[in-house]
Amino acid sequence: MKHAVAMALALAALPAHAQESPAARSLAATCASCHGTDGRSATQEPVSLAGLPKEQVARAMRAFRDGSRPSTIMQQLARGYSDEQIDLVADYFSRRSR
Amino acid sequence: MRRRGFLQATGALALAGCTSISAPGRARVVVVGAGFGGATAAKYVRLWDPGIDVTLVERANEFVSCPVSNLVLGGSRTMRDITRRYDGLAKHGVRVLNGDAVALDAANKRVTLANGSTLPYDRLVLSPGVDFLFDEVAGYDNQDRILHAWKAGPQTAALRAQLEAMPDGGVYVLSIPAAPYRCPPGPYERACQVAHYFKRAKPRSKVVLLDANPDVTSKPGLFKRAWQELYAGMVEYRPNARVVGVDASAMTVRTDFDTVKGDVLNVVPPQRAADIALKAGLVTHNNRWCDVDWRTLESKAMKGIHVLGDATLSATGMPKSGHMANAQAKVCAAALVELLNGRDPNPSPVMNNTCYSFVSDREVIHVASVHQYDAGQSTMIPVRGAGGISPARSEQEGVYAWSWARNIWADMLA
Repeated sequence: MKHAVAMALALAALPAHAQESPAARSLAATCASCHGTDGRSATQEPVSLAGLPKEQVARAMRAFRDGSRPSTIMQQLARGYSDEQIDLVADYFSRRSR
Repeated sequence: MRRRGFLQATGALALAGCTSISAPGRARVVVVGAGFGGATAAKYVRLWDPGIDVTLVERANEFVSCPVSNLVLGGSRTMRDITRRYDGLAKHGVRVLNGDAVALDAANKRVTLANGSTLPYDRLVLSPGVDFLFDEVAGYDNQDRILHAWKAGPQTAALRAQLEAMPDGGVYVLSIPAAPYRCPPGPYERACQVAHYFKRAKPRSKVVLLDANPDVTSKPGLFKRAWQELYAGMVEYRPNARVVGVDASAMTVRTDFDTVKGDVLNVVPPQRAADIALKAGLVTHNNRWCDVDWRTLESKAMKGIHVLGDATLSATGMPKSGHMANAQAKVCAAALVELLNGRDPNPSPVMNNTCYSFVSDREVIHVASVHQYDAGQSTMIPVRGAGGISPARSEQEGVYAWSWARNIWADMLA
């Protein structure tokens, strides 16, 4: 347990850029204009994405994309991203602290 | 107070001709212009590689947002609401230098500021915005009654004051240049905002739109519905009406066919990449725009110089918008980090765009798109099937639009 905490602290101390793929962070940055840098939104809506479980973001994006989840703009934006891109983005935000 | 001290300190360094404010051996990025493109690029280079020195040169003391600035004209927001400070960038290690870049020396890789100091760089990012082709509107020079208010700032406040001083029953004339120009939906949103103000304060007044284009260039159906349903009889739209001259003493504007008299004349002249880009030889297209490689935003005319935002030769379906500049800046920042570390940049970048327009103080419409780099065509192309416009104006999107502004300002400045 102690060991795990030490590991987590060591990982957190690494510069962010050492932990992530450039492709994922660039894709996620396309969300940041509306959802805040690294998915930390300054507003209630659009919501913060930072720290959300990967599955939750990926499922939401697919639901926007196929229209099963109603939205104003997200259905139009989600249709611009492939399954692979959605998974990369969802994984990236799941690793951000809230 | 602290900011003032910082600016004085950096100013003193620059005046002393100090060219080594960065640590030896570290890569240096200089960014000129702290708008939606430049500020975003400066912040994201530092976020993604804190080992790179970033200096951001900006002549204004504060950021005033063009997006949502039409709300100041409509009266539902103030200049304060659309103004933000630059000092949030310091915590990312961006050195913000209050100065005016006047010349680029691509051969020796340095930027000259108006005070005579120079800044050396390994990579330069130029996000200069637009300047106006005043020559294309006879009589525009040497007068101050006719405003464009197409760069948010003092002219925004001055135009609002003209609208407030206008008597009820007056005519507000807004002229729109031929596309491409900064912010495609902006003029039509402005017509809505001025009409919104007139409806409440001066109900016998009129808005006359003189559009050089054959039709409303963005969200035409949604804007026309707003004019009919919210401002019936108040907004007159004239397509194919290019303004070629103004007379500030007679208060008239002249189109190719007609002369129109108004009480407030708001003439938005045609635009091109800002002066510094033209002077430096970065303008490649039609004497107006700078062609870039969309994988890196590097100029096609000059190596080592990256151009962002409204100054670029837009790819198909790509508006000259703040959101687009923010998206371009992130592609550029990612490429700079790879290039300065000796790696290849991402071969297939993605960008998106969202333009919200307020058709009243609360109701909003949007247009959105997603753009993917296409290696075969060597350009960004809109992703087929993605993007679109609002089905109808709504207050829900009004909430999103103001949130968009707050989040994108924070994304570039905080």
